[in-house]
Parts: sequence; C-alpha cells; structure tokens
Amino acid sequence: MKLSRNALWGSLLLLPATVLLWVFTYQPILTTLINSFYSTPRGRRQSVFIGADHYARMAVDPVFWKAMTNNAVYAAVTIPLSIVLALTMALLVQGRLRGTTAMRIAFFTPTVLPMVAVANIWLFFYAPDYGLIDQILSVVGLGGYNLLGNRDTALWALIAITVWKEAGFFMIFYLAGLQQISPTLLEAADLEGATYWQRLWRVVIPLLMPTTLFIAINAVIGAFRLVDHVVAMTKGGPDNTTMLLLYYLYQVGFGFWDTNYAAAITVVLLTILAVIALFQFGYADKRVHYR
Amino acid sequence: MNTIVVARTGSALVHIAGWALALIWVAPLLYAIWTAFHPPAFAARFVLMAPLTLENFERAWHAAPFAQYFLNSFMLVSLVLACQLVICTLAAYAFVCFPFRGSDLLFSLVLLQLMIMPEALLVENYRTLGKLGLIDTIVGMGLPYMASAFGIFLIRQTFKGVPKELEEAARLEGANPMQTLWRVYIPIARPTLIAFGLVTVSYHWNNFLWPLVVSNSVGTRPITVGLQVFATIEQGIDWSLVTAATLLSVAPLLLAFLIFQRQFVQSFMRAGIR
Repeated sequence: MKLSRNALWGSLLLLPATVLLWVFTYQPILTTLINSFYSTPRGRRQSVFIGADHYARMAVDPVFWKAMTNNAVYAAVTIPLSIVLALTMALLVQGRLRGTTAMRIAFFTPTVLPMVAVANIWLFFYAPDYGLIDQILSVVGLGGYNLLGNRDTALWALIAITVWKEAGFFMIFYLAGLQQISPTLLEAADLEGATYWQRLWRVVIPLLMPTTLFIAINAVIGAFRLVDHVVAMTKGGPDNTTMLLLYYLYQVGFGFWDTNYAAAITVVLLTILAVIALFQFGYADKRVHYR
Repeated sequence: MNTIVVARTGSALVHIAGWALALIWVAPLLYAIWTAFHPPAFAARFVLMAPLTLENFERAWHAAPFAQYFLNSFMLVSLVLACQLVICTLAAYAFVCFPFRGSDLLFSLVLLQLMIMPEALLVENYRTLGKLGLIDTIVGMGLPYMASAFGIFLIRQTFKGVPKELEEAARLEGANPMQTLWRVYIPIARPTLIAFGLVTVSYHWNNFLWPLVVSNSVGTRPITVGLQVFATIEQGIDWSLVTAATLLSVAPLLLAFLIFQRQFVQSFMRAGIR
C-alpha cells in the first residue's frame, strides 16, 4: 500500500514530538498506574503485586490528607485572590496615564523571578527580628514572630508569596483581554448613561469571562505544580502545616524512596488534573466562547 | 489600547491606591536590594547615610561556583529552546498542512499534555532517565520538556492563519515541503516564535523541582538549584550574603526583563491569547 503524501510527511514531521510525548508523558502515566499496584522493591525484596494496598494506606495516611486539605485551602485562597488583584492591576495600568509603565513593571517583576529566589527574598522579609514585617510588627509591640515557624501562620505566609508572584502574571492576560473589548460596546454603555461601576460589572467583567476562565484553569494547575517555595522555605513544616500534594509526592519518592507509594500519590494528582482537563474541554470551552 | 475603560477612574484616589499597591509589590525586592548593597551591620537598619558596598556580591561570588551554575543554566535553556523550536514547529506544520487519519487523535493527546505538567510525573521520569543513563546530565534535565504541548498548540494556531494561497504558490514554484515551511510559514510566524521563546527562556531559567531531582553535581546544577544549595547553608546566619547571592542569580533575567520590558509583556500576552 502506498502511503499518501500527507501521511508520509505528516508522520515524519510528527515523529520526534510523538516519541517524546510517549516516553515522557503517556508511557509514564501507564507505568505509574501499574506500579501503584505493586510494592516498592527494597534491597533484595522483589516488587510484588499488592492490589490496592497503597490506596488503602493512603486512605488512612494522615500526612496525605493533610497535604490534600492544605492544597485545597491553598488553591481556594490563592486563586480568587490573585485573580481579583490581577484584574485590579490590569485596570490600573492599562491606558496611557502617567506612571503606568512603572506600575506595570512593579506588578510584573515577581513573575520573571525564579520561585527559589523569591523564597529567599521572602525568607528574609519574614525573618524574626531582621525582616521588614517583623520590624513593622515590633513597632506596635508584636515583634519576635516567626511567621514561617508558626503552625497557624506558615501556610498563610506561603499563600502571600504565591499571590505576590502570580497576580502580575495573570494581569498580563487581563491586559490582553481588555484590548480585545470593542470600544463600541463601551460607548454604547456610556450613551445609556452607565456609571463606571455599572460598566465594569455589566460590560467589562462579563466580556472578560473567557480570560478569567483561562486564568482560573492555569491557576488551578499552578496550585498543584509550584512547590519550589515549600522546598526552599518550610519543607512541609512545621508539623506538616505547609505540606502540599506535589511536595509530599517529592518527599515520598525522593526522600523515603518509596517509589511505588509515590506512584499511587501520582495517580491521585493525575486524576485531579484530568478532572480539570475534562471540565475545560467539555464544559468551559462550550459555555464561555459565546462571543 | 482602548483607554476608555479606565477613563473615569483617573481620579486621584485610584492613582494613590495604585501606587500603594505597586509599592507593596516591590517592597520585598527593595528590602533585599538594600541589604545586599550595604555592610552586614546595616542589613536590617535603615540609616540614610549607610555606606554602599559591593562586598556582599564579591563574597557571594566566591562562596559558591556561581559562574559554573550560570553556564549550566545557559546550556540548559539554550538546549531546551533550540529543541522545542524545531520539534514544535515541525509538529505544528504537520498538524496544519499534512492532516492524515489519526492526526486529530494525536492532536488531542498533545492537548491533554497541556494539563499534565511534567513535574507530576517526576518519579517515573526519573526512572526513565535512569534507564537511559541520563541522570545528572543537562540533556536529561531538558528532555521531558522538549515536545512542549504549549509550543505545538501556539505555533499551530499561527500556522492556521497563513493563507493557503501562499503555500500553493510556493509549491507551484517547485518548493518541497521543508522549503515551504522555511520560506513561507516561519517568516510569518516569527513574532509567535519569539514570544514562545521568551516564555520558554524564563520558564526554564526559573525551573527548579525537576532540575533539583535530576542534578547532583556542580557540573550540572542550574542556577536555581545552585542558589538553593548555597542558601540552605547560609540562611539565618548571613542575610547580606544570601540576599546578594539571590540578586546575583536573578540579575541576568531581571536585567533582560527591565530592558526588554515591553517585548516581555507583549510576548506573554501573545502567548496567552488563544
């Protein structure tokens, strides 16, 4: 059978991408799923089939549940907060008012810094006695606080850093979204005598819905992807209060070398991501592109 | 840019609020800069006439092999960028110009990878690298990212906008598919390719977790991992040294950003528009 021109060229051009996608995305997904049903090989002890034992262990693993709830809180706070701030920033810096370039740079700079560097800067910022925050607190007599070492504040300290870093990034997408809003719609609102806030709520924000959804999905993925600050600042502590799912996965896989239990945790993480993907492709894409 | 949206918010109050927010946003960075450029005695003391110094940077530079780390990062980023541009462009070209039975399915598999970040699969990918003998190599650090779904998607979108007439004209003049790609598609897609390149460079210059897992020697550690290894020892002991090292490690990208600020922002915007 003679290959068509398209099939020949198409498959040749796609070969490198397909091989890499298979080796580093789809093959590991399958292997992870299989491995999660086998015990971790240790020394001379072979890996044996153990059914759903890893999952049963996970169901009663307090650290795993701590990581799940922490991650849920982390996502539920960082995402809306950074989205609202991002929109505020975009509305502030768009247009040609004086000083907007400087503001834009201020908001966007955290985005281009590596999270590890950001973590170091904030470690100092948070440091008891030395840090700016503690210095300000000590003025009102609340000094000597170790925000990252305290069970009640550690996760919130990380949340603040994430919002600081992400909001400027999301601002960019809102700036792009604002550019695409047709001026005639805004003029129409003006002719109707709408106030600024009415126009914002009734015209601008609804028209920005696709952007908001795009950002939200990226933010959800980000909430499960970025744990560099946990590695650099708290290592999940104190007392697992800053344990996030991916960090726990990293710890189980490369700290305890319990690779097949880590595989089971990976399966949970992949399931969460798959649900988000299904939501995006199935629901969001249809509902949101009404324009 | 339509400025109408904001026109009536140009009041003084909004302006002040905006500046306050901007000030909060740069405060951590300014604080680190203050500490890095002053002697340790003034690390957390604001005295207007405190002497400026570059000594912290000099000490940091000699305290760890930062030059080697920079070189490693540079090689990692160049390798990933070059491979991504070639692999993703070829794939996007195939999806747009040579559709065949099954290429739609393949494209949905690419799309699915947009959601599954390589970090989630780090345990299994580490095992794969072990089998390939690529642990603690720069190539191994870059490999899982080279078929970037994001890149394929972005370039495909651009290629789809290229008029078919141009391709046919090239073909009538006797150009083979590779010549057509090179002479027709790539020139038109240049802004997209540059935008994607900038996003990739900042992503991989900043990437940490996967390189942390893969690298375990000075000869392969990128700057992010190198900084972390260094800072873990010094944190809480010598803040001036840590902040200087931190600023040192972000300096190249930060300077590039400040100089090409407009291009950066536009690239991220372009990459975000679907």
